[in-house]
Amino acid sequence: MKVILRNPNRELEFRGPMSVVKLLRQLELHRESVLVISAGTLVPGDAILADDQEVEIRPVISGGAVAVGTEVVG
Amino acid sequence: MKCRVCGDGAVIDLRRHNANFCADHFVRYCRQQVERTIDQFEMLSPGERPLLAVSGGKDSLAMWDLLVELGYDTDGLYVGLGIGDYSDQAGHYARRFASDRGLRLVEVDLRQRYDYDIPTAAATTGRVPCSACGLSKRHLFDRAAVDGNYDALVTGHNLDDEAAVLYGNTLRWQVDYLQRQRPVLPAGRGFPRKVKPLVRLTERETAAYCVLRGIDYLVDECPMAAGNKHVAYKEALNGLEVQSPGSKTEFYFGFLARMADRLEDEPTNDSSDTSDTGARRDGPTPCGRCGSPCDGEICSFCRLVDRTAGAEPVPVHVLSTRAKATR
Repeated sequence: MKVILRNPNRELEFRGPMSVVKLLRQLELHRESVLVISAGTLVPGDAILADDQEVEIRPVISGGAVAVGTEVVG
Repeated sequence: MKCRVCGDGAVIDLRRHNANFCADHFVRYCRQQVERTIDQFEMLSPGERPLLAVSGGKDSLAMWDLLVELGYDTDGLYVGLGIGDYSDQAGHYARRFASDRGLRLVEVDLRQRYDYDIPTAAATTGRVPCSACGLSKRHLFDRAAVDGNYDALVTGHNLDDEAAVLYGNTLRWQVDYLQRQRPVLPAGRGFPRKVKPLVRLTERETAAYCVLRGIDYLVDECPMAAGNKHVAYKEALNGLEVQSPGSKTEFYFGFLARMADRLEDEPTNDSSDTSDTGARRDGPTPCGRCGSPCDGEICSFCRLVDRTAGAEPVPVHVLSTRAKATR
C-alpha cells in the first residue's frame, strides 16, 4: 500500500493487508498524534488496510505556540 | 467498530471517552462539547457578536464552522505574518473558507501595515520567532476586537494547547502564568473578553472534524516553530494519553476545578504582573503611540515596530535554519 506522510511530505510502501494500529506502530507514531485518511474520509483504528490502498497519515499536532503562558492560534 | 449512538460503522474512536462515532454523530459530539463549554464558562451569550482569530489551520477553521453552526454571527481576523510560502498558503485557506461560506474575514498584513514581518522582527530584535509572532498577534487581535466593538475575542486553543501550556508552566512553577490560565479572561481596562471554546476537544478531534466537514486547512506547520518546546510537551502528554486515556482532560480540567481558584491570591515573583504586551490587566495606561493598554509609556508592540520597521527583510530559510540549530 502507498502511505503518504506529511511534514515533511513523503511516500512509503508497505505490504498489506495490515491493521491501522500495526501500521502506526511500525511508523512509531502515537494514535493521538495523527489521523489516518483514505478516499477522503477517516479510517478507524481497527480497520484493515488493503495492499492496493492509498492512505494519508496526517499529523494533528500544531506547533505554533510559544513561550510558556502565551497563546497560540490554531 | 460501531458508533456508540446509532450502531453504524464508526470512523473514529475516542479512547478517552471509551466511545466510537460515525461521521454524523462525531460532528454532533463536537458541537455539543463546544456548546457545553460556552455555557459552562459563560463565554458567549445568544446574539453576541464575536471576533475569531483565524490562522488558516484546523483549529481556527473548525472553530469558525462550529460558531456559525451554533448561531453566532462571527467575523474572522487573519494576520499576514510574512513567513514566506507558509503565510501565503495560510492566507489562501482562510480566505477560501470565508468566501465559500459568505463570511467576513478582516485582514492585517504586517509588512503592508507596519513595514515588518516575523522573520525580520526575530532577526532584528533577537527574540525567538514564536515570541515576536505571539506579541504581534495578541496586540492586533486585542486591538481589532476592541476597535470593532466585538463582544469577545475567540481563539482556537484546544485541549492539547491548554494542557501543554499548563505542563510547561507547572514544570517551571510559573505561578503568575498559572493564575491567568483560564478558558475565559474577562474584558476590562482596554482588553476584550477572551474565550477558548475548543478546550474540551483535542486537536485530533478538531482535525477529524475538519476532514468530516470537508474543511480544507493548512496541514503544513510553521517552518520557524518546528521542534519547539510546546510541541515536545504535546508529544509527552500524548505518550501519557496512549498509556492512560483521559490524562490530558484530567490534567487540565482538574487544574481548573481544583487548583485555579487556590492560585488566585497567591503572591508571585512577577511584581509587574505584565504579559508580554507590556500591559497590566489591573491598571494599564494607554500607550503613548497607539493607545492600547500598556504598563509603561510605549507598549511592547510599538517598541517592536520601532526597532523593526524598515529593516532589511530577512528570508525565512535563514531564520528557520538558525532556530533549528539552537534548539
